Amino acid sequence: MAERTIIPFGPQHPVLPEPIHLDLVLEDEKVIEAIPSIGFIHRGLEKLVEKRDFLQYTYVAERICGICSFMHGLGYCQGIETLMNIEIPERALFLRTIWSEMSRIHSHLLWLGLTADAFGFESLFMQTWKIRETMLDIMEETSGGRVIMGSCTIGGVRKDIDRETLHRIVNQLADLEKQIHEITSVFEKDYTVQQRLVGLGTLTREDAYDLGAVGPMAKASGICLDMRQLGYAAYSRLDFTPIVASAGDSYARTLVRMQEIYQSIDLIRQCEAKMPLGPILTKVTGNPTGEYFMRVEQPRGEVIYYIKGNGTKFLDRVRIRTPTFANLPSLLKILQGCELADVPVLILTIDPCISCTER
Amino acid sequence: MAAHTIENISLSSLLESVKRMKEQGFRLIQMSCTHKDTFILDYTFGKELDLFDLKIILQALIEVPSITSIFPAAFIYENEIHDLFGIPITKISIDYSGNLFKTSIKTPFGDQTAVSTNTPEK
Repeated sequence: MAERTIIPFGPQHPVLPEPIHLDLVLEDEKVIEAIPSIGFIHRGLEKLVEKRDFLQYTYVAERICGICSFMHGLGYCQGIETLMNIEIPERALFLRTIWSEMSRIHSHLLWLGLTADAFGFESLFMQTWKIRETMLDIMEETSGGRVIMGSCTIGGVRKDIDRETLHRIVNQLADLEKQIHEITSVFEKDYTVQQRLVGLGTLTREDAYDLGAVGPMAKASGICLDMRQLGYAAYSRLDFTPIVASAGDSYARTLVRMQEIYQSIDLIRQCEAKMPLGPILTKVTGNPTGEYFMRVEQPRGEVIYYIKGNGTKFLDRVRIRTPTFANLPSLLKILQGCELADVPVLILTIDPCISCTER
Repeated sequence: MAAHTIENISLSSLLESVKRMKEQGFRLIQMSCTHKDTFILDYTFGKELDLFDLKIILQALIEVPSITSIFPAAFIYENEIHDLFGIPITKISIDYSGNLFKTSIKTPFGDQTAVSTNTPEK
């Protein structure tokens, strides 16, 4: 019988920008079990709702994560707006959609770069992040912030994008699409990439469903579940079908994210064509009351904002179930039976965001 | 339009209700706790885009049975609720015994007067 060893992985590791710890139980080089520990940077942001009123909490929600900041703000604002029956101006709905899709593009490019770095393809990592830089420039131009855009607020959005600027951005995205195609063709066809990803960490459809996987993790296992289908923001006015793959391995998860980048560019194009003129903000009066589960599709998958108001300006509860938290059981499943050398790549394929998990 | 149903249940009928969800093809999408004067547990299930929420109100910190025998992925939520709110959840398949979240204050979201181990660490 092979000797059992426990290898501590993290909280500090080259593939981990943020801290998570795994005790890897090994037999020779094979992982038998992975036991996670989190909470190294738990900030208690849900608790902060007792100290900040519901308007101020928008700023807190945006700061839960530096990658999907806009969509955290969006999820929170939409939840409050639903409780207060606030009707959002049509133009603001489209602007929210545009910034959401920009966030998705930048997040997926960030992930592709990190993955290339994890399997040692440094030039691919640099090329991917070079392209991502253009996306960040566009986000800065339209919102004023490269990371925390701060453009979503209860009642609409704080900033507008004029027609000329949006048209120029859409043209810029066409150029960006060509550049992205160059790197995605490497991810799709390169022998080294395939050797590191194909057949690695396969999650079956049944396991993905039972373990509550979300986002590209679920979609790559054949589950057609995308919260944008709920039709929030302007998604009900746009034409799109969730990207789904069936293999369930790391390569399928990569393909899903790459296809979602192209889909996001297309959605921004559709927004430009359909966005009406008009106001971008509605005046908000009163305080939220009741409870609501708001669901938004972030780059990593479904985020749930449970908001409970009591009619005062301070909420009773904000609970945020982030996609990485939902994907942890699936990660533990795919780590079972893998080789030690594949652990960094497998951890990355769930696109972990510890900042979200440690909200 | 996605349906959203909320059903109030008693603690004694928890496992039976959760089993019913499983049999009807729902997946567990989250568990949460709200603490004001009472502890309110929400078990949220999803099927396609529909939501179904089972709600339990606990008047005090009493033992709650784990649902990991029905939904294995619940262990992460149950450990979270135990660590942050101090609710004792029994027979969790992977029980961290309070060590999933390494917070400096024990049960920071729970009743600070009801738990003896909640003194902030120096």
